[in-house]
Amino acid sequence: MRSAGASDVPAIAIRDLHVRLAGEDVLQGISLDIPRGDFLGLIGPNGAGKSVLLRTILGQIEPSHGDVRIFGQRLEDARGVVSYVPQFADFDRSFPIRVCEVVLMGLLKHRGIFHRWTRGDREVAYNALAKVDLAHLGERQIGKLSGGELQRVLIARALAVGSEILLLDEPSASLDTRVAGRLYELLRELSSSHTLVLVSHDIGVMSKHVRNLACLNRRLIHHGPPELTSEALHLTYGHSVEEISHHHEGIET
Amino acid sequence: MNTLAEALSYPFFQRALIAGVLASIACGIVGSFVVVKRITSMSGGLAHAAFGGVGLGLAFGFSPWFGAVGFTLACALVLGAVYHKRPDALEPTISTLWAGGMALGILLVSLAAGPKPDLIGYLFGSILFVPRDYLWLVSVLDLCLLLGLGLLFKELQASVFDEAFAASLGVPTRWLFQLILAASALVIVVLIRVVGIVLVIALLTVPAIVARQWAESLPRMMVGAAAIGTVCTTGGLLASYAFSVASKADVPSGPLVILLAIGIYGLSSLAGALRNRRRNA
Repeated sequence: MRSAGASDVPAIAIRDLHVRLAGEDVLQGISLDIPRGDFLGLIGPNGAGKSVLLRTILGQIEPSHGDVRIFGQRLEDARGVVSYVPQFADFDRSFPIRVCEVVLMGLLKHRGIFHRWTRGDREVAYNALAKVDLAHLGERQIGKLSGGELQRVLIARALAVGSEILLLDEPSASLDTRVAGRLYELLRELSSSHTLVLVSHDIGVMSKHVRNLACLNRRLIHHGPPELTSEALHLTYGHSVEEISHHHEGIET
Repeated sequence: MNTLAEALSYPFFQRALIAGVLASIACGIVGSFVVVKRITSMSGGLAHAAFGGVGLGLAFGFSPWFGAVGFTLACALVLGAVYHKRPDALEPTISTLWAGGMALGILLVSLAAGPKPDLIGYLFGSILFVPRDYLWLVSVLDLCLLLGLGLLFKELQASVFDEAFAASLGVPTRWLFQLILAASALVIVVLIRVVGIVLVIALLTVPAIVARQWAESLPRMMVGAAAIGTVCTTGGLLASYAFSVASKADVPSGPLVILLAIGIYGLSSLAGALRNRRRNA
């Protein structure tokens, strides 16, 4: 098995990562290996540094110490291997653009600057849309989609990039429970072919679907299968488990 | 109807109409980017800063138009840098360039020797006195914009829709943003000569805002904005001619073009609201 060395290399390897922003130590000594094919849920209170960690993995924030490797490569050499899926709510829905044009953006890395989209490019985009069951909406303007549909379009765009690793920031935020459930179903299907890292506040729903959980509060409190000890939750959130589960029922119902 | 035929028979009036169409094309293209990227206040700042360049040209003995092009492009560079490096300082920078450019222009124009351009001319332009050469200049500007659009459309579209994503795939988004600002600066300066500072901002933004209410894609928005701009400039010119003949006073076309554009915006918003209500019912 040693000879199959490549598969032993973690998809994302984080070593003693420190990030300082505006004089604050936002991330302190994070070390985390995320194996290929993992479906990792990242939880933590507001200000825990979840988004900062995602942005550091994407190379948008320079760590003050430590490093991040993607399949053993430095971030500069791994452009396009990791894709970020933003929250649909951050988008201007009145922007005059069609669904398939959004997905075509995923191909920008592979096409030269003066290239015009071809029929083949559109096929790639429509294949990505088919994976999220939205091929029938390809010619709609994005404002005519529901929130859940637009979120899936953004996932399709990341699939069109061809990235093996997808980072998703609160994809189920502002979606109702039923739509969020379908989104998690889709993510679970995708996790058979992709490595997924998912930030969410929705601990209950998420821990039903993810393979592993990481609890972050500037430091890494817990990393492992999604059975959380009350100690880990207390360390992460700073209050009792009852309060969290109560809070969390409030979100669910 | 006679008045209309009479107006169209004058070469100066024909040139004014052509200038209106050419200006609307440039504004439809650049204005659509300005509106979807929400940088209308930046274009307003550039249009007013341009007057500072006019003053610099007059004061230091070079062409006021070269002064305006150079100064406005320099301001566009500053705004582009501030937009990315110090977003919190953007609003104050826009206000400073806006007011400072005007103040500098007025001061230097008053100090300059020789014949002085009148301020009202810069504010509202002189579309009825556009020389033939100038129509060629605006045509070349339109062609350059169309060519740039043809070559860079997908990158420009991606960087105005989702800059972070486009940048993550290696699209030079900052450079493209500078390009959009530089194109706005050029369009503004060239069109100030034709339609004036106030009208150039109106033509850049109002037709694009109306087109955005109906367009499903950026190219359609541009075509729509150019068409609406053409309707407004043509309608404004004809109305100014008709009013001038009827009232025997000199009724300027610029304000009429703007009021027509705002009227169309109002009607379009009303129609959009009715459409949404019907869809939701």
